Amino acid sequence: MNIRNEVTFASIRPKDGLTAALGKDRDVVVEEVLRSGLKGRGGAGFPTGVKWKLAAEAKAEEKYIICNADEGEPGTFKDRVILAEWADLVFEGMTIAGYAIGAKSGIIYLRGEYGYLRQALEDKLALRRTEGLLGDDVMGKKGFSFDIHIHMGCGAYVCGEESALIESLEGKRGESRNRPPFPVSEGLFGCPTVVNNVETLAWVAAIFALGPDWFKHVGTEKSSGYKLLSISGDVAHPGVYEFPMGTKISAILKAAGAERPKAAVVGGASGILVPAKDFKRAICFEDVSTGGSIIVLSEDRDFLDILENFQEFFADESCGQCTICRLGNVKLLEGIRLLKEGRCTTKHLQELCTLGSSMRAASKCGLGQASPNMFLSILQHFKGEVLGRPQADDHFVNKRKAS
Amino acid sequence: MSKEKQKTDAKMVDIVIDDKKISVPFGTMLLDAARQNGFEIPTLCYHEDLSRAGGCRMCIVEIEGQRALTASCAYPITAPINVQTTSRRVREARKTTLELLLSEHCGDCYSCVRNGNCELQTLAKEHGITQLPYGHPTEKSRVTETLSPSIVRDMDKCVDCGRCVRTCKELQGIGVFEAVERGFKKEITTFQDKPMAEVGCINCGQCVNRCPTAALTERDSIEEIWAAINDPNKHVVIQTAPAPRAAIGEEFGLDPGQAMTWQLNTALRKCGFDKVFDTNFTADLTIIEEGTELIQRLYKNLVQKDASAPLPQFTSCCPGWVKFIEHVHPEMLDHLSSAKSPQQMFGAIIKTWYAQLNDIDPENIVSVSLMPCTAKKFECNRPELRDSGLKDVDYVLTTRECAKMIRESGLHLPSLPPSDFDDPFGTATGSGVIFGNTGGVMEAALRSVLEFVTGLKVEDIFANANILPVRGMEGCRFAEIKVPDEVGPVPELIAHLVPNWDWLKGQTVRVGIAHGTKNARKILDDVAAGGFFSTCHFIEVMACPGGCIGGGGQPIPTSPAIRQARTDAIYKEDMAYGAKSVRKSHENPAVARIYKEFLTEGPCSHKSHELLHTSYWPRGKFIGSW
Repeated sequence: MNIRNEVTFASIRPKDGLTAALGKDRDVVVEEVLRSGLKGRGGAGFPTGVKWKLAAEAKAEEKYIICNADEGEPGTFKDRVILAEWADLVFEGMTIAGYAIGAKSGIIYLRGEYGYLRQALEDKLALRRTEGLLGDDVMGKKGFSFDIHIHMGCGAYVCGEESALIESLEGKRGESRNRPPFPVSEGLFGCPTVVNNVETLAWVAAIFALGPDWFKHVGTEKSSGYKLLSISGDVAHPGVYEFPMGTKISAILKAAGAERPKAAVVGGASGILVPAKDFKRAICFEDVSTGGSIIVLSEDRDFLDILENFQEFFADESCGQCTICRLGNVKLLEGIRLLKEGRCTTKHLQELCTLGSSMRAASKCGLGQASPNMFLSILQHFKGEVLGRPQADDHFVNKRKAS
Repeated sequence: MSKEKQKTDAKMVDIVIDDKKISVPFGTMLLDAARQNGFEIPTLCYHEDLSRAGGCRMCIVEIEGQRALTASCAYPITAPINVQTTSRRVREARKTTLELLLSEHCGDCYSCVRNGNCELQTLAKEHGITQLPYGHPTEKSRVTETLSPSIVRDMDKCVDCGRCVRTCKELQGIGVFEAVERGFKKEITTFQDKPMAEVGCINCGQCVNRCPTAALTERDSIEEIWAAINDPNKHVVIQTAPAPRAAIGEEFGLDPGQAMTWQLNTALRKCGFDKVFDTNFTADLTIIEEGTELIQRLYKNLVQKDASAPLPQFTSCCPGWVKFIEHVHPEMLDHLSSAKSPQQMFGAIIKTWYAQLNDIDPENIVSVSLMPCTAKKFECNRPELRDSGLKDVDYVLTTRECAKMIRESGLHLPSLPPSDFDDPFGTATGSGVIFGNTGGVMEAALRSVLEFVTGLKVEDIFANANILPVRGMEGCRFAEIKVPDEVGPVPELIAHLVPNWDWLKGQTVRVGIAHGTKNARKILDDVAAGGFFSTCHFIEVMACPGGCIGGGGQPIPTSPAIRQARTDAIYKEDMAYGAKSVRKSHENPAVARIYKEFLTEGPCSHKSHELLHTSYWPRGKFIGSW
C-alpha cells in the first residue's frame, strides 16, 4: 500500500479510543476534542471540536455524522490507505462523534472510484455489529445507539464539498448550498450534521486512545498533531507519509526522494504552487495548509502542461451552477492554450488575471474559489517561463518541423 | 434606532451597508434589506416568486471579515455586519460574470423578441460592457426547439439561471426542466432532452414569464394573422379576454393595474380585425353551462344517489389545468366539468351561429383570440375542439404578441380613443370579467347559482354581490356558502333539469379554489385520498399563480405586486358593470338571446353538448404530443 514511514494509526489498538470516550460524559468528549486542537484534515482546517460543539448544542430529533470519504483532489490518496488499513479507527471516530453530538446514524460517503473497498468495509461493519460496537447500546452503554452505513458517490469531484455532498446524499444534483445555514445547524434533510474527513475521524479514535494532551504536544501552536501526506510526482518513493504538523517542505521532499524539484504543488489541483526557493516553508495551517497532497515537479516539467491538465479537470468538474466557475474555468483553459501556442496577448493575460481573482472572490464554493490558484501562482512565480512561447504556426517553427 | 427600542424589539439586527446604519429584523435576506433601504443590487437568477439559488453571482457583495464575496439574495442577516455593495472586487466580479455570460449567449439583440425587455441586455448596459474579452458566438450551436404549440426554446440564449427549473418545480409542481451534466457541459433541458411537447409540460408558460432572456418564448402567430388580415376573402374576428386587457398597458409603459379594454377595441380595429368581440360573453355562457352541470351533479349525487358524475366538480376553463389533471390524475377526469373554456365556446359559436346570422361561409372566418395564456395555443389545436366542423379557434395571440402587433401598426395604445365591442355579443357582465383572476369563476358561478336557487338578488346575500370569502391570493382556499332556508321556484331556463329546490334548503355549499398547479396537485391528492377537499361540491383551479392575470402570455416581468395590481383592475372593471347593473351571467341579454334563438333546448341540452361541451384524454404517464 506504499506506506512509507511509521504511521501512528498502526500502533493504536482498536476499541481503546471508543472505550475511553464512552466512559466519559458527552460534553467531556467534546471538550477533549477541543483541547486536543484537532482541526479538519480535509484541508479547510476548521476546528473539529467547535463543529461538534455547535452540533451537540443544536436541538433536533435527528442528527447525522457524515464521514467524507469522497477523496477526489488530484494527487490525494491517504484516505484510501486509511480506509484500507485502519477502517476500524474511522468507524470508532464516527461512533465517538455520534455519542458526542447525540446522533444515531453515521454515513460514509465513499468516493465512486473506491467502490472496490466497499465490501471489505461492509464486512468490518457487520463484524462490529456482532461485537456490539455498533447497534443498540453500543459497548453496553445504555441509551446510546449508533449505526453506520455506506453511501456510494458517483464520481463528481464537487461532492467532496460538504454541502454538495449532503445534496447528493439527499438524492439531488451535487451542487453546493448557500451558507449560512451551515450543516451543523441545517444539514442532511435539514438536521444538524457534522461532516468530517476520514483522517480527522481516525485521529479522533487515536486521541481518545492516547489522550488529548499527547496530540496537543505534537505539531505547532495552531496545528496540533500529525498529518498524513500523499506524495507523488517526480519523487523516488511516492506514497503515504506521516509527519508532524510544521514539518518543512524540504524535509518532506528529502524523505520522499524528490528529483531535481522545481516546485511542489501542495493541496492538489486546487492547492498552491510552492517554488523551490520557498521549500523552507512548513506544512501546517498557519503556513502552507493542505488536505494531504504534495505533487513534486522536477525541472523537466512544463508548467503550462501541468496547468492545462488541472484546468481541464476544473472545467469538467465545476458543478455548473454558478456562472463564474462554470464559464471562468473554460476561459482560463482557453487562455492557457493560447499561452502554450504563444498567442495570448498581454492585454488578454491581464484579463485572465482579473478573471482568476474574480473567480477566487465570487465563486459560490471552494471549488471555484480555489480553481484559479494554480494559474495565479504560476504567473506569480514563473511568469517568465510561460510567456513568450513560439507561435504554433510561426514561420521558424514550421521550418524546423519540416526539416 | 434607540437603545430602548432595541431592548423592546430584541429581534432587530443593526447592520451597515455602504456606511449607512440600518436596522433589520433578524433573518432578513441581505438583498431585501438593501433594496428596502434604497441600495441598488443587480440580480439575475433571483426572482421574487422563487427560492434563492445564489448561482448567478450578480448580487454579490463584500461583507467585512469574509474572505469571499457573498450572494446577497441568499444571505440571512443574523449578526451585525458591515457590507460594501460597490467595492472594486464586487464591480470587477460582476463585470467578469457578465462578460462570461455574453461569451456563450448567441443572438442579435435587434432581432430578438425580448429586445428592450431583456435582463441580460439591461445588465450589460448597466455594467458598462463595451468589450467582450471572452468573445461572443455569432453562429447558433443548438437547434431552436419549436415542436411545442405554445413554447419555443432557444438554448443558445440560455444563461443557466435556473429560473425555469425552479418555476416549474416550485410554483407548478411539475418539473419539466432540470439541469444535466456538469462543468461546461451543464445545460438545462427536459427529460432525455425530448421536445417540450413530448414531456409532461402543460404549456402554462410560467417559465416564459420568468426567463430573463429569450431562451423561452411563446410560439408566435403574428405572421399568420397578418396574412389573414391581408387576405380580402377572410373575415377575421378577434375575441379579447379580460386578463390581457388588464395588463397590456404595461407593454406600453403604464404602471400595472390600468385596464385598456376600450382603447384595445380601437387598436384592434385599426390593425385590421373585422370584428372585435368580448370573451366575457362566453364566460357568461360557461357559467350557465357549468353552473347547470353543477346543479345536475348535486341533484344526482345528493337526491338520486347516482355517483356516475362525481362530486366535487372541477372547473374546466383553464387548459393548463386540464392537461395537468390529464397527466397527473387521469382517473379523476370525470370530476372535470364537460363545459368547454370560454375561448372554445366562442370559437364554436362564431363558426356556427354568428356565421348563420351574418351569412358568412365559416370556411372564410378566421377566428383569433387574445389570451393571457400560452396553453390556449395548445388548447385551440386540440383535435376534439373542432365542433363547428372546422378548427373552432384558429389562432391565439398572447398579450405580448398583441402588443407587438399594435406597435408594428405604429399605434400607442394608451393614447387611442375608446370604442365598444361588436354585436351580437357586445354586452358583457362583471361575472365574465372576474374569470381573469383566481376565485373569479367560482364567484361568478355562485352569483348565478344562488340567484337561481333562492330567487333573491345576490346583492341581498352578499353586499354589492361581492362574494368575498372566495377572493384572495392564498394558494389553496376553502369557503362555505349557506343556502337560505327559503328557496324560490326553478327558473324556466333549467326547469327541465330539476323539479324544485327543496333538497337544497339550508344546505351548505362547500367550495375549494386553487391557483398554480402545485396547489392544484395538493387538492387533487387530497381529493384522491378522501381528505378534506373531497367533501367539496365545486372546486375552481387555475394553472397560473393569481389566475389568468398571472398567465404565461402576460407582460414580463411578473411579481406578487404586479399580479395584485392586475387583480385590482379586474375587480374595478367588475364593479363598473354595477352602474349598468349587469354583473351576473344569467342576466346577460346576449346569453338570453342565444338560448332563445340558437340553443333552444337550454343549457346542458343535446345541442349545447354538441357545441359547448367536450371530453378529455387520460394521458397519465403516457407522454406524447397529443
